[in-house]
Amino acid sequence: MTLDWKHYDSGALFDELISSPGNARAPARRLVAYLASLNDAEIESRRRMAEATIRQMGVTFTVYSEEGNIDRAWPFDIIPRTIAARQWREVEAGLKQRLRALNRFIDDIYHDQRIIAAGVFPAEVLAQSKNFRPECVGVSPPFGVWAHICGTDLVRDERGRFFVLEDNLRVPSGVAYMLENRAITKRVLPELFESDAILPVSDYPARLFDMLAALSPRKLSNPGIVVLTPGIYNSAYFEHAYLAQQMGVELVEGRDLVVGDDDYVYMRTIAGRERVDVIYRRIDDLFLDPEVFNPESTLGVPGLMRAWRAGQVALANAPGAGVADDKVVYAYVPQMIEYYLGEKPLLANVETFLCADPAQRAYVLDHLDELVVKPANESGGYGMLVGPHATKRERAEFARRIQADPRNYIAQPTLKLSVAPTLVDGGRLEPRHLDLRPFVLQAEDMYVTTGGLTRVALRKGSLVVNSSQGGGSKDTWIVDTDAK
Amino acid sequence: MLSSVAERIYWAARYLERAENTARLVSVYDSLLLDLPRGIDISWYNLVELNSATEAFAEHYRVRDERNVVKFLLADADHAGALVNSLRMVRENLRTTRDVFAPEVWEFVNDLFYFATDNVAQGTGRKLRHQFTGGIIRGCEQVNGQIAATTSRDAPWQFIQLGRHLERADMTTRILDAGAVALLQSAERAQVNLGQIVWGHVLRSLSAELAYRRAVRVRVAGPEVASFLLNDAYFPRTIRFCREQVASAIRLLPGSESMLGALEEVAAVYYPIASIEDLGQAFRDYLNEIQIRIGTMHERIRDAWFAQR
Repeated sequence: MTLDWKHYDSGALFDELISSPGNARAPARRLVAYLASLNDAEIESRRRMAEATIRQMGVTFTVYSEEGNIDRAWPFDIIPRTIAARQWREVEAGLKQRLRALNRFIDDIYHDQRIIAAGVFPAEVLAQSKNFRPECVGVSPPFGVWAHICGTDLVRDERGRFFVLEDNLRVPSGVAYMLENRAITKRVLPELFESDAILPVSDYPARLFDMLAALSPRKLSNPGIVVLTPGIYNSAYFEHAYLAQQMGVELVEGRDLVVGDDDYVYMRTIAGRERVDVIYRRIDDLFLDPEVFNPESTLGVPGLMRAWRAGQVALANAPGAGVADDKVVYAYVPQMIEYYLGEKPLLANVETFLCADPAQRAYVLDHLDELVVKPANESGGYGMLVGPHATKRERAEFARRIQADPRNYIAQPTLKLSVAPTLVDGGRLEPRHLDLRPFVLQAEDMYVTTGGLTRVALRKGSLVVNSSQGGGSKDTWIVDTDAK
Repeated sequence: MLSSVAERIYWAARYLERAENTARLVSVYDSLLLDLPRGIDISWYNLVELNSATEAFAEHYRVRDERNVVKFLLADADHAGALVNSLRMVRENLRTTRDVFAPEVWEFVNDLFYFATDNVAQGTGRKLRHQFTGGIIRGCEQVNGQIAATTSRDAPWQFIQLGRHLERADMTTRILDAGAVALLQSAERAQVNLGQIVWGHVLRSLSAELAYRRAVRVRVAGPEVASFLLNDAYFPRTIRFCREQVASAIRLLPGSESMLGALEEVAAVYYPIASIEDLGQAFRDYLNEIQIRIGTMHERIRDAWFAQR
């Protein structure tokens, strides 16, 4: 027996690999033909090999539960998701455009707020923003860039069009899993890398390093760069360690750093103090510096904001960048692109209803059974209502929450997210919904990962792709179908 | 190099050494008890005592039998010194210092950790215990071999050396102590060849039998074995060898001048062994004194390189 591609059917949904039952899309042709040539036992042995590789490489993520934090092996589906290189280049251009506008917006918000004066962005939205940091007003980070690393969530609709679902501008995670997914797949399906033009993803750490080095206040060939982690109990700790290792920089916790009276940041080494120029921080704003933000924080470094404001250290992402990472602000990104760049958006937003607006709120409350309602500032898929799958009681509860705090909620139509064939129990193929998180780097130059992290909802029919809630992932192949 | 990274590397090396030595200890006791003449009764509980873990044991167990002692030493999730927990600590410390080691080191450590947690039931039962402890020792050697083959001989390496050799010296004193106490316990029923059996196992538990025969060229006897394991300059598990490795690692680290005095102190204790009578309580006190000085050495290292400044 082999995998049954003839009867694999994703119905009216857009399928990433096939255009109709039995017919693979161009970038997936070699992949599907190859998988069809493997019998059940071979498929099962590849799946097991992936599992063993994940354990051996120690690819884990942390799940928070009442019994404490559990380190779980990374859930992974061996069948990659493919996108044609030609199509990817268009997405890449759209992402760069979007990030240029977002960074202009953040810089504007912390300086003259021209976009508000121009009547393009409402002052009330900013006034109620939870991620606006008054402590950052007037600071001018290098190149006017605040969000140096962005993880943008993309989805595709039933026609295969890409939409931006959200911009993660605070401390986006997942890129290490993107890199590890590729490492696993190379071990599991090595034959395909010989014959197919699958573009590599491996240069991300080097690009990240170059981007960080460009931010250094001292122009040195080898500036002091560190990755600042909240520590081993953070769910993304694996990634923090991975990136530090790949870049060859120190992985530090708050207690490893100290700010001197000279406003320089130092790390504590076996030979005394050593100066730090750039900090890739993976700690939320409010824990960065107990002198300025949460005084209880033991994760941060006292005096860090002082050093940053004095321009003696670069922080990536800059504190306060999260002001643009808000589902209400998101709704205004198309207008930002036109306002700052004078261009039409290349990548569309998902239609978004703002509950703060009375007319839109009334529409949302009337259509709760069709909409997805999201709080403005949550991440990880928490605190959401998926209208069509919710009970009457859950919808009533959300109606109450929306009326109590309308600024904090937005609603979007329930998307018919694209799917891809995924191995399920019993070695069969079934369609599963997925999204894509590419990563965008920006300092002096911009860079977009080749593809990104594909997250897949492993539960049948589920739209929730977060690993903490039953999601898994797939390798993402950008395939150059024009290559000879 | 970050102080905190130095500290984690040091502890990773210590825990790796400790895991290996715990496996060696259980393994050697296992075969020792099989070799003993009838009527000679040496308690498994000695292993708890010589690991200075009597209080931790008493918290969870009442009966001091083989089953409980082996479970406590190998598998007990609540006992910080259990083998599986030592390996967990190796893994956690390495996870936070992955930038220092080759990726294969990390992969081998994961393999070893999962081998231990998946198979520890074999170790607590009697039938497959030897396979289990053998697998652990092999796994530890594999990690050490990979580290030795791929790690630059700069500061991180010196901290590996410090952790490994302090832990190893400590364990060598404990294994010598195990031999001494086994003989003291059975003294009243002593048989002619008992000493030879016990000291033979002491050597084997440190993989030192061949080196001993080559260096000492006499049959296995208490005073010679003890002197060899204390003072031989070439075998990598003797107290002297470990002390010299620690000394040369220290000399290669920044600001080491203040440490050299502490080293002299550790070297200053000397205990001459002439006959079997010298292996009694005074010998045990001497071993205890070495352990205390190893503890002092650890504190000096911590203050010089790990303490926050």
